[in-house]
Order: sequence, then C-alpha cells, then structure tokens
Amino acid sequence: MVRYAKPRSVDEALGLLADGEWRILAGGTDFYPALGSLPLKYDVLDINGLAELDHISETDDAFVIGARTSWTSLIRHDLPPAFDALKLAAREVGSVQIQNRATVAGNLCNASPAADGVPPLLALDATVELRSASGIRTLPLYDFILGNRKTARRPDELLTAIRIPTSATAGRSGFVKLGARRYLVISIAMAAANVEIEGDGRISAARVAVGACSPVALRLPALEVALVGCQADASVVGAIPNQHFAGLSPIDDVRGSAAYRIEAAREIVGRALLMAVGGRRAEAVAA
Amino acid sequence: MMLAKTPLTFIVNDRPVAVEVPPTARLSAVLRDQLGLKGTKVGCDAGDCGACTVAIDGELACACLVPAASVEGAEVRTVEGLANGAVSALQASFLRHGAAQCGICTPGFLVAAARLLEDNPRPKEQEVRDALGGVLCRCTGYRKIIAAVMDVGSNAPTAPELPKAGKAVGSSPSRLDGLPKVLGSDRFGADSFPKDALSLLVIRSPHWHAGFTFGDLDAFVANRPGLVAVYTASDIPGVNAFGVIPPFADQPALAEGYARFRGEAVAIVVGEKDAVEALDPSDFPIKWDEREHALTVAESKAAAPLHAARPDNVMAQGKVRRGDADAAIAASHVTASGSIETSYVEHAYIEPEAGCAWMDGDTLVIQACTQAPVMDRDDTARILGLPVEKVRILPTATGGGFGSKLDLSLQPLIGLAALKTGRPVALAYTRSESMMSTTKRHPAEMQATIGADAQGRITGMVFDGDFNTGAYASWGPTVATRVPVHASGPYFTPNYRAAARGIHTNGPVSGAFRGFGVPQAAVMQETLYDELAGKLGIDRLEFRLRNALRNGQPTVCGHVMESGIGIADCLEALVPHWRRALADAEAHNKKARHIRRGVGIASCWYGCGNTGIPNPSAIKLGITADGKLVLHQGAVDIGQGSNTVIPQICADALGVPLSAFTLTGADTAVTPDAGKTSGSRQTYISGKAAEKSGRALRETILRYANVSSDAEIGLDGGKLLIREGAASRTIDLTGLPADADGFVFRADETYDPPTVPLNENGQGKPYAVYGWGAQIVELAVDTKLGTVELIKITAAHDVGRAINPLLAEGQVEGGIAQGIGMALMEEYVPGRTENLHDYLIPTIGDVPPIETILVEVPDPEGPFGAKGLGEHVLIPTAPAILNAIRDATGALVTKLPATPSRVMEAIRATRGAE
Repeated sequence: MVRYAKPRSVDEALGLLADGEWRILAGGTDFYPALGSLPLKYDVLDINGLAELDHISETDDAFVIGARTSWTSLIRHDLPPAFDALKLAAREVGSVQIQNRATVAGNLCNASPAADGVPPLLALDATVELRSASGIRTLPLYDFILGNRKTARRPDELLTAIRIPTSATAGRSGFVKLGARRYLVISIAMAAANVEIEGDGRISAARVAVGACSPVALRLPALEVALVGCQADASVVGAIPNQHFAGLSPIDDVRGSAAYRIEAAREIVGRALLMAVGGRRAEAVAA
Repeated sequence: MMLAKTPLTFIVNDRPVAVEVPPTARLSAVLRDQLGLKGTKVGCDAGDCGACTVAIDGELACACLVPAASVEGAEVRTVEGLANGAVSALQASFLRHGAAQCGICTPGFLVAAARLLEDNPRPKEQEVRDALGGVLCRCTGYRKIIAAVMDVGSNAPTAPELPKAGKAVGSSPSRLDGLPKVLGSDRFGADSFPKDALSLLVIRSPHWHAGFTFGDLDAFVANRPGLVAVYTASDIPGVNAFGVIPPFADQPALAEGYARFRGEAVAIVVGEKDAVEALDPSDFPIKWDEREHALTVAESKAAAPLHAARPDNVMAQGKVRRGDADAAIAASHVTASGSIETSYVEHAYIEPEAGCAWMDGDTLVIQACTQAPVMDRDDTARILGLPVEKVRILPTATGGGFGSKLDLSLQPLIGLAALKTGRPVALAYTRSESMMSTTKRHPAEMQATIGADAQGRITGMVFDGDFNTGAYASWGPTVATRVPVHASGPYFTPNYRAAARGIHTNGPVSGAFRGFGVPQAAVMQETLYDELAGKLGIDRLEFRLRNALRNGQPTVCGHVMESGIGIADCLEALVPHWRRALADAEAHNKKARHIRRGVGIASCWYGCGNTGIPNPSAIKLGITADGKLVLHQGAVDIGQGSNTVIPQICADALGVPLSAFTLTGADTAVTPDAGKTSGSRQTYISGKAAEKSGRALRETILRYANVSSDAEIGLDGGKLLIREGAASRTIDLTGLPADADGFVFRADETYDPPTVPLNENGQGKPYAVYGWGAQIVELAVDTKLGTVELIKITAAHDVGRAINPLLAEGQVEGGIAQGIGMALMEEYVPGRTENLHDYLIPTIGDVPPIETILVEVPDPEGPFGAKGLGEHVLIPTAPAILNAIRDATGALVTKLPATPSRVMEAIRATRGAE
C-alpha cells in the first residue's frame, strides 16, 4: 500500500519528509498530468493542509510568497510595478482553472524549461527557502533549478517560500510570452525584464531573463550591463546586440526551430524592455 | 497498489454528500463514478481541455486535477447545479444561439460562463474570451458560444416556438436534441456504464514496428486478484481484419505477432474496475523485438512492404485525366508551379472513444459513440464470428467525430470481452490512447503546375500527391480517389492530369478527416492561383470568377451539370467584402511598420456522398395507434445537426408541424440504415430519404382519407384530422390494425444518389450533388516574430437551400476553426504530441469574427434543393490564410502548419531572394 499524508503543520510535514521519500502534492496541476492513467506507485505528501504557507507578505527586506500561493492569489494581491511581469506571466499559466489551483512554488519545483514563472522571478532576483527537519537554507532561484525537471531540493526538504528582495522591486517590469495560440499554450520563448530608471531618464539597473530557450531559463548578464546608462525609451531596443544571447541553447522542436527561437528571443526581450521602460501594459502575448 | 479509501463530505450543488474514496482520487472521477454526476466530462485528464470545469467555493477548477481530499467541506458546483429546476438564462441562450453542437464541451463552458456572469452580467467579447480561454471546443468555432454568453441578459424568449406546418425548412429552431446538452444530462460514450461492468486495459505497442511474444499470461491473471482474463489475437473467433472499405480490410483488432504502428492494440486485460485501475501496463508480460520502420513517404519507398500484397507500400492510387494537360501547359501564356507539404492532423474531438458492451441473450449489444453504427455492427460481427443480426449497436450521443469515429476503435475489444466473459464490459480511452491509436488526416506531399492564357483562363493543370496513409488502409483509398477528382478546385479546367497515392508507413493510420484529402489539395491549387493572378496582373478574386465552373461546363471528370453550380454566386457575393478588405489592409499598411495586413481568398467544391459507388440511406416513418408520429432518424448526429435537419425536411414533406415528431435514434435493431455520417451526405442523402418517406406517408394517409393532395394533415392524440377546404375528416387511429412496429400508417423509403462510376481516366459522374463555397481571410502578420493574428473571415457557401440557417452557420464557423488549426498550429507528431497541450487546436482566442453568407442556388436533386456543407467549410480556410500571409509579407509558407517559426523562415527566405 502506498502512503498518503496530509499534515496540518510545516513541522509535521518536515518530520514526514525526514522519514522517507514522498511525492509532494500541492495544486495538482502537474501532479495529475504526470500520473496520467497509471496507478499511484509512490507515497504522497499532500501539503494542501498547510494554511501557514498560503500567504503573500512583506518583511523588512523582502516580499515573501508562501509555497501554497496560487497564481490567482498573486494576481489579486496588490504589489509594486516590479511585479507586473510576474503577474502578466501568472495570467498565462494554463487557464483560469489552472491559475486558481496551481502554485507559484510548484511551477519552480516542476522545473519545466518553459515554466512561465521562472523568467520573471529570475528578473526579480528571487530566492527560494528550503526547509527540512534539520534546518533551513536559502538558494538563489538560478541555483535551485538545475535542469529540465531537476532542482536542488533534497528529498527531505520542502520549498516553503519564495523571497523577492525589496531592493529588486524598485523598478518597472515587462513580460512577453510567444506561443502558437492565444490561450493554454506552452511558450516557444518568453522574456521578462525589470528596469530601474534614474531621474535623468537613464536606466540605472536592468535584469533580463529568457525562458524556453535553454534547459533552465537564463538571465542575460552582458545585456543587463550594456543597458545601464541607456535612455529608457524606444531606443533601448537598439542596445540589444546578438552576442548577448550567446548563452541561450534552444532546441529544434515542434514549437519552433532553434534559430527561430534565438531570433524571437531577441525580439521579445526588446518588447519586454519597451514594456518596462514605457511603464505601460502592452500585449503580453504574441500568438 | 491503491490508496486506502477515506470518508469525505462536501457539498455539491447545494446538497451535502458523503463518499468513501482514496484521498488522491480525481474530483472528476468522484463526481462521475461515486455521485453519478455525468455532466462533468473527462476529455484529457490533464487540465488541457476544460471539459471537467467545476466551481469549488466559487473558483473554477479542472476537476481532473483536484484531489478529492481538497474538497472536504467545500462547495462544488457542476453543470447539474446551474438549472435549478428550470433552464437558466445562460442555458437558454446557448440553445437559442446554437452554442452547443455535439455538447461534450458544453458543461465546461456553462460552468465557466456562469462564474463570469456572476461578477460581470454584461461582459465584453474580450472578457468572455479571457474567462472561457481554458475550455476547448472542436465543433462550434466558439463564435456562437461568445454570442450566447454576451446575449444572456437580452429579453429573447427562453424557448423560441417551433415552426408551424409547412414552415420548417428554412427556419432555425433550436436543436431538437439540445436541451439535454445544456442541462448536462446528455449521455455520451462514457456516461452510462453498467455498475457491475468489468473494465478493460488495452496493451499497446510502444514501438513503431515490432514483433512481440507473450510471457505467462495465465500467471499474470492468477497473481492479480480481480483480473478475469487476458485476450489476444488467438482468442478472436472471427476474421481478425477490419476496415471501412471491405476490399482493403487489413487492420487486426489485436495484432498478430507484430505491430505495425505505435499504439496498435496487441492484447486486452479484463477484470474488475479496481483491479484494472491498479494495473501498470509496463508489468504486462510481453517481449518486444523492434524492427526497422519507416515514418515518412520517402523512408517508406525504400522500405520493405508493410503489407505483402501492396508492393512499394502503395496502398491505392487515384487518377483523373482529361484532355492533354502537358501540351496545354506548354502552350500557356503563364504557368505557376509549386509544392506543398502538410502534417498529420488529429481530430481532437473532446470526447475520447468510449462505450460498453453486454450480452442480451445471444445478442451482443455495444453502446458506444460512433459515426457509423451499421458499419460498426458489420465489422464487429465479422471479427467476432457472429451473424450481423446477433450484434446490436446502440449509438450514444457522440462528442465530435469529424471522420475518425467512422472507423472501429474499441467496439471489437469490448465486444470480445463481453462475448468471452458473459459480463458487461466498459472502456473509455484515455486522451493519449485516443490520439495514438485512432486515425489522422493524411500528411500530403504535393506538386502541381497550372497554366493560363493571356486572358486569364486556365488552360491546364497537372497535380501529383503522395498521401501518408500510415500502417493500415482505413479511408486511404477514398482519399486517393477524392483528391484527383477535386484537385482542380471549382474551376473550369479543360486539360487535367491528377494522381494521388496512399503510401503505407509505420505512422498512425490516416483515415477520414473532414474533406478526405481535399483540404490539402486545395492548399496546393489555391496558392498557385494567387501566383497566376499575380503574373497576369489580374485581381485575385476576379481571376477566380473568370475561371469559376459554370452550368453546362464539364468538370475534370467530364460531369456536366445543367444547373446548381454555385461557385460564381459565392464569389460574387464576396466582391464587396473583398474590396473593403483590400482597402482596409492597404490603409493599415501605409502607416504600419512590422505588423503587415494581408487579405486572402480561396474556394472549394466538394461532392456529397460516396464517389461513384452506391451510398443509400433508408428512413422509416410511422404513426402509431395512439397517434405518435415516430421518425426513425438513423443519421447519427455527432453535433452537425441531423437530429434537427432531417425532421425539418420530413415535417414539410409530410405537412405536419416539427413538434409532431418523436425521434428514434440509430439503434441498429429497430432503425434502418441511414448510412454513415460522412461525406457531407446526411442532409442531402438521408434528408432526401426523409423527404421521400414524408411524402409517401402523406400520400398513404391522403389516399386512405380519399382526399386530394392539397389536404392538410393534423394529429390530435389518437386521431388524424384531415382538412380540405371547408371539409374535414377524422380518422380514429385506435381502430386501425397495427403492424409489428406498432404503426397503423407507415413509410419506408430509400434514396441512393444517381452516380456513374469513374472509368480508368477518372471520367464519370462521381457525385449527384456538389456544394460550393469561397472564403476571404483578413489577417495581420508580425513580421518580426512570424505570428499571425486573424482579423476576420468572410465565408460564402452555396448550400442549395439552408434547411436550418443557424445550424448551417454553426457548420461554417466550426469548419473554419478547424481550417485555422490546420493552417496555423496543428501538427501531430507521433510519439511527441499525444496530448492536448503539445498538440494545439484553436482556443476561443484564436477564432476571429466570422461573417457567413449562405448562398442558395437550388440543386435539382437535393431535398428542397439542399446540398451538403459539413466538409466544404474547412477546405478554403487554410489556403486563404496562406494567401493572406503571402499578401501581407510576400512570403509563401509551403509546409503546414504555418507556425511562427515557419512563417519567419519564409519571410527570411523572401527577404534573401529580394
């Protein structure tokens, strides 16, 4: 018989995790598709009883997204403009039906190369909080997702929160998802950008990430450096030379060729930046 | 291994419920199996289709993704909770607008729309799209769903009155079978399984091509309590080869020794439901021995034959020759040549195949979704070694078919298990099982050259196409026949040579899909027409009008029709729209930078019914002694509307109001064969049989009453009231002798289209009736990303006579949506896209406003002048889209679908060439 547990506290959950291997069930939107029609063959730890993880809160130096926060909760929560990109991404996670159940944290733990939440969270310098019976550790998001469907979470750990440092929430943001249809679509490529703008209208800091063009979504540090000092207007697109995209390693698949993805990534990064510097909500989906 | 069951209490539709289920059971399964709420449909079990949408504490969710444990104490609302005793305004609006076709997605849409309307009683179109973006529909093209949701607040009557006697044809009553579809009470293939039914797991080949040997099957069963048996090919009592075209029957119900494609069934495991659900197919004792395989036509030409009797893997070839095409092209003022490649397209009906079977005495009863009950009966009987009268097919409501539910799928499997065990057996395919094992649209590789003279008249055309027909024949021979007959398009083409071949590969079986290869061929021809018009400097619509086939001109098959050809009428109806669209695009492009607008046009013609071979329909109609008028409506309604259209025709032929009819469906034990729902034949052929039956019954009654043909017939309980002028007569039915069917008056009429078989050059009269149409697509291309935004589609279709204009519009919109999918996003890659998130069909956000113009050029043969429509509507869409993309960008995409990646590649190639 496989086991099922629905703990009522994080400590109880961590105790169970210390005691054996569990598949964690949160929103269920990745759990059930992965299960398909097969019988359950693994122990299931259902974290839907952990009320303490369903919150969005602020500390002195960070915004904290609890591990059970759904995309819909995120969309409805009043957050600064730096989160606009994440909210735009949230609206593109599957459908409303999915957004109501799926959690932001689950999107990270599932570690799909096309996870909608990852580029905007990378561009927000997000970290994840991993707790176990033996302690707590914090990893930058880019160190947490290791590859296609691979994370740094140990079997005894629970991802309990996503933290966005307040220092990364000063600017504005943009997000563009490229897909082959309007709704319910897995990205061909996506881009998220956060920029901070000085009083003189120049970019003082930029963080840009691209998804679905490498096994793990990537920040584009060379581009970010190049953007600093640029005028925060439509001319910003001119500051995007091809070599800044060299780190991407897209694949050829049914959704698009690798060459196309690189070209498209460059284009949508430009559009995400325009959205960010324009401070307006442009069309987030190109489909 | 299964989880232990735990008690669970929650509220469903305001009623507290208590069940015992495993905590991780999907809520969809709990609602359906434990609580009997079958209105919540299962289309994918992965959150991709939204058919199982319910509201949990007021928030929408896909019930297939919600663990039972999560609804403890919660309030769940399903489609059954929307009506509250009466039909809600939303449900009434769905009925009024024809927003439900097959009805399988309707519950999901209704629940999602009801949630939207709670917050926003007067939503705008974009708000409706955003709210319903998570539910897929394959029938309607979404436009009528949007209209229905936006119209809920209007003061329209909830149930429009049914038309009076003599007024049914041409009116648009709501679907006669619509109410259960909006209430969620319609019963589809998976909705009425017997409680004690055994379950069945199909073991399928994971390889393209592989031999196999079984391990110890007896031990496998013996070691698993609850399992009853494993059956393999050696258990099949009859002929283990089926196929929709008997001379080509080649597909085993269970493979014998080796499998020719991934997903082919090799064995079935039968057992109690819990025991079968606990099975992991990878534990099944089978050893595979992979063999070389060919997935493309090119690979297949070099490979060993899949079927010994079919050398070079050529399954069938069709040819049409008329005049001297090569000489005519050589002498042409201008020519255009090109090649087009298309992909496998999946039907993606939202209802996966499902059904159950049981023994009724010595008769095997199979209750399943289908498009072709009599063909199901005959082939299942042959496989199981039963006389046909010992197999009874009870069609359920069918949640979309589009051609694929013409073929057998689970019928022989559940039939075999019921026959062997003597117990009821039930099976619902999973989405991936449905996708990997059932038929697809043929991928095509086509080349063509067309010539025209200096006046812009077509001189000749040569067409050649290879169609990947997959591992078994299915409808491949029909595709090979239909393509050369139609590849000219609806244009006068005096010199013509066309060939199409069905080529076997180890890919999925290609079969029937709305248009039988003609949509692919139309892409080839219509894109070359644009090139010719460009070379000649003639407006593209004018060029088509100049060449449109006219009454009295022979088709490429030499068929001369003296009346009824409506293509010029369709094109002429589009002229003002074309001028407006071109002007709009030009105005936009003057100020546009990287977003370029384009306008495209394409036409279609399509012969209704079988090609030059018999294709009869029979309709039985009678009046019982208690005055019930019973129409045995055997034309299966898979959403297209035959349950409404056939009675409308019959009502006016008989001269009674539409409300007088009681319908009996296509139960093969009691209803005569109205043929398959395929080939756009039901309105025309079964409609004609219904017309004949209606007229025959009328004549019988009037003769009995000894009155003239002008008399009116009225039904009043057990009496017939006959009125002629001032005189009237009453016939007491209760006093008349009833026959075995209980009828005191009856009519049984059959209609078979008058066709002439094609000769060796493809000359003859392949169809008695054709339908015609043309569509304009307006779109915008983002020339930096290759994305395409559709702006508007204007469709003019000659239906001869619109029996039910609302349902006809629904066919047009739904066909266009499938054409959009084929043009822009649908590409089934075997082994890679066996689900509805990797295989993309259009969502509610992908179908633009559609303006439908129903043209009525009466056909001398069709009932009340009617022609077929169902397949026609898909044909022009993809070529019109490609032509519009070229108009916008100068780039022609030559491989479908035109994904952003391919559009960008074509744009880049065009830039490079400049």
